[in-house]
Amino acid sequence: MEQQRSVTASSQSPRSPSSQPYLSVSVTDPVKLGNGVQAYVSYRVITKTNFPEYQGPEKIVIRRYSDFIWLRDRLFEKYKGIFIPPLPEKSAVEKFRFSAEFIEMRRQALDIFVNRVASHHELQQSEDLRTFLQADEETMERLRSQETGIFKKRPADFMQIFKDVQSKVSDVVLGKEKPVEESNPEYEKLKHYIFELENHLAEAQKHAYRLVKRHRELGQSLSDFGKAVKLLGACEGNSLGIAFSELGAKAETLSVKLQKEAHQLLMNFEEPLKDYMRAVQSIKATIAERANAFRRHCELAETIKLKEINLNKLSLIRSDRVGEAEMEYNELKAESDEATQTFETIVRLMNEEIVCFQEQKTLDMGTAFHEFAKGQARLANGIADAWRSLLPKLESCSSS
Amino acid sequence: MMGSETEGFEEGHLFASKEEMENLVIDDPLNDTKSSYSNYRSAMSSSSAISETHHPLSPSILVTPAESDPLLFPLPYRDIQNPSGPKESSYIEPPAYADVIFSPFDGDHFGDVNGVESPSRNSDNSGRFSRSLGSSSSSPLASSSDYIKITVSNPQKEQEATNSIVPGGGTYVTYLITTRTNLPEFGGPEFSVRRRFRDVVTLSDRLAESYRGLFIPPRPDKSVVESQVMHKQEFVEQRRVALEKYLRRLAAHPVIKRSDELRVFLQVQGKLPLPTTTDVASRMLDGAVNLPRQLLGESSSVVAPHEVVQPAKGGRDLLRLFKELKQSMANDWGGSRPPVVEEDKEFLEKKERMNELEQQLTNASQQAESLVKAQQDMGETTGELGLAFIKLTKFENEEVVFDSQKVRANEMKGFATAAVKASRFYRELNAQTVKHLDTLHEHLGLMLAVHSAFSDRSSALLTVQTLLSELSSLQSRAEKLEAASSKIFGADKSRIRKTEELNETIRVTEDAKNVAVREYERIKENNRTELERFDRERKADLLNMMKGFVLNQVGYTEKIANVWTKVAEETSGYAKESS
Repeated sequence: MEQQRSVTASSQSPRSPSSQPYLSVSVTDPVKLGNGVQAYVSYRVITKTNFPEYQGPEKIVIRRYSDFIWLRDRLFEKYKGIFIPPLPEKSAVEKFRFSAEFIEMRRQALDIFVNRVASHHELQQSEDLRTFLQADEETMERLRSQETGIFKKRPADFMQIFKDVQSKVSDVVLGKEKPVEESNPEYEKLKHYIFELENHLAEAQKHAYRLVKRHRELGQSLSDFGKAVKLLGACEGNSLGIAFSELGAKAETLSVKLQKEAHQLLMNFEEPLKDYMRAVQSIKATIAERANAFRRHCELAETIKLKEINLNKLSLIRSDRVGEAEMEYNELKAESDEATQTFETIVRLMNEEIVCFQEQKTLDMGTAFHEFAKGQARLANGIADAWRSLLPKLESCSSS
Repeated sequence: MMGSETEGFEEGHLFASKEEMENLVIDDPLNDTKSSYSNYRSAMSSSSAISETHHPLSPSILVTPAESDPLLFPLPYRDIQNPSGPKESSYIEPPAYADVIFSPFDGDHFGDVNGVESPSRNSDNSGRFSRSLGSSSSSPLASSSDYIKITVSNPQKEQEATNSIVPGGGTYVTYLITTRTNLPEFGGPEFSVRRRFRDVVTLSDRLAESYRGLFIPPRPDKSVVESQVMHKQEFVEQRRVALEKYLRRLAAHPVIKRSDELRVFLQVQGKLPLPTTTDVASRMLDGAVNLPRQLLGESSSVVAPHEVVQPAKGGRDLLRLFKELKQSMANDWGGSRPPVVEEDKEFLEKKERMNELEQQLTNASQQAESLVKAQQDMGETTGELGLAFIKLTKFENEEVVFDSQKVRANEMKGFATAAVKASRFYRELNAQTVKHLDTLHEHLGLMLAVHSAFSDRSSALLTVQTLLSELSSLQSRAEKLEAASSKIFGADKSRIRKTEELNETIRVTEDAKNVAVREYERIKENNRTELERFDRERKADLLNMMKGFVLNQVGYTEKIANVWTKVAEETSGYAKESS
């Protein structure tokens, strides 16, 4: 699935060259490296750009899956409020990890990820992105392992963020704390929408996955049926035998068609659905971030008020601690302002992002439906044609 | 409607009595490929829509409402055949296979009238296309001159007579068996009797005895275990269906349909006037009376040829049973199964081929089952996917904030509707596939009849060989007696009597042997002709099955393709630039 490979216009660069600014990336050539438990897959990441911040028109680096995770985490940390493009899941099942299909699916998803980052008007300016696209492997490895403490966020940690939010909510319900939630009906609606959407998508994806399986199964049983029928034909002999062996042969060719279509379905339908779900999960992470930011903003606002009261008290009594208190107050005020700023930025960004998200998903699903329908029509016509071509032979066998 | 006995149907050659049957030559009407709708096929199942596949251009076309919005109303099962021409334009050059959809194989449809049916060539019949659901008033067929149609219905519980040995008064189920026919020996166009399953067993046993060497359709199982496990109603219904199938098959067999046994079963009211299969014990009681006489060599009773000729069973023929056992053991070289020395190489080859065929049919039948399951799953999952998206559509519409959502919801709806439609088509496709591929299973069941017929032959041969060896031992005894008495002058009375008796026994045994040989030859001939018919009919059946299967696939997959083509067109705006 190729999305958003579109050329992007950079909003800055007054020194831009005469040609349109572009940043185009591709993730290719998966190669399995290492042995045993340490084995992993590396990808070739090719960058073509005329952005001035970049080292040159073309750069090729080698990256692995955890490098992409690093990039995503950095972006998530720095660009709160923006829906960071999702990454494909880590696969838990060992033996599946290196299957050709899995690797191809992952490569495709990684390619889409990087391109989405590169075409997002804000994200594309990220320094971390530049590092990711240009740094040599050693540097990358160093950076990757450097991630510690509060900046280290693994996919699992997104769940933790949710849990924090959820536990805060339940604390509130149990009356443990004052509610620190926004009271914004539109935003409530959005949150509800996102959470519900995830459920619906999960179900759709489940059936899509099954449908892929069904295609494979039908293909297999057609193949088996074809073989059995051929054997029956061999036993019968004469025109009946011929008819059977033709029938069996046709069934076998159709089996191949079905396997092909299964693969198409996997790549062009199930995967987009999974992508959709991942995107929704990414939004949930942003929602959690917003909740954090809101809470911090509120807490600091509270604290500031107290500090202000205290300061006024002190200045009234002309205490010699006024100066100190004033300094503290100013520090805190700066923090508070920052927190408020952060929160408001998140709100603003989210509002923009949600519009893009909806539009993009309409396009993505439209494409997915189109590909699905095309594939199914092609398959069904192929089946009809194949069987139809058998009829004259059957007729002639009848009359012989 | 005896009409013209044209088309070479063999009815004209069939005989009522058994003796004539010995000279039976089964004419071959089924070489007439125009009505290659074989008796066997029809006999095997009520799926006579195969006849339509035979005429792909035939106007036997059904309207399917599947084109309409599946969300509005569920798809009713087609039960009315529409005689009008193809409703939709063909998507490919004629014939428009897309429109040839086969009607449901419901029991009474198409009047499984001893099978031969050509709806497109109906000279003498009227309104053949108005086959309503469930009514058995199917049109008599056109090209055959006679018909017989049997229906089994109306199961009822009845009480066992009080003089039953089994305490507690058992109940049993009877079925109403209705026959419609124009065969003269029945003397009436329509009649009914009530029979219980035990009667069917009796019928089956008597037929097996009378028509040795023929491929007699096997009767339904007694399946005692199932009757305990299943719900009574389910079991009774299953049995009813099985009985109907069985009786129809019998009626489709060119020889059996004319048999006394079948006629009596179908027609005679009250108790079934066929000898029941008594248990060995009572037969032994019977036979014990005769036994001493036989042992003492006093066989003044004339042994009826057909009794001699039957393989020994039960107490009656205890003596012969032992002899046959000894004989078969004598033939047994290596302790493996006693080889009846079958000299006919051609037959042995055929037998081998039948075994191979059975194996392949089993295999194919199993794979057919898997195929059907896979098709079903495909349809189900497609439907579920559609439903999931319908829910999503509703959700997006309810929660709509942006226009892009509206657009998306719209695309989803189109997609989901198509998926549900496709799913319905899959289901229908599969229902038909099941019936077509069931032919494999049916023919597998027929192998039982073949084995039976072959073993009739083996046991007949065994009888011949037993009698031959008996004859030779009697003759050597006679020679010995001769030699002994010639030495003594004035042979005493007892010796003369013994010699006379021995000679008498030899004569009787000689007669029995001749009868046995004739019987064996008769069975061999039956085997041969039946095998020919079997091969012919199987070929026709299987070819029809293939045609039906293929046409079915073509028809439905075309419809499915159309559904998706439409969606692809509607979403063509989203096509990837680089595909």
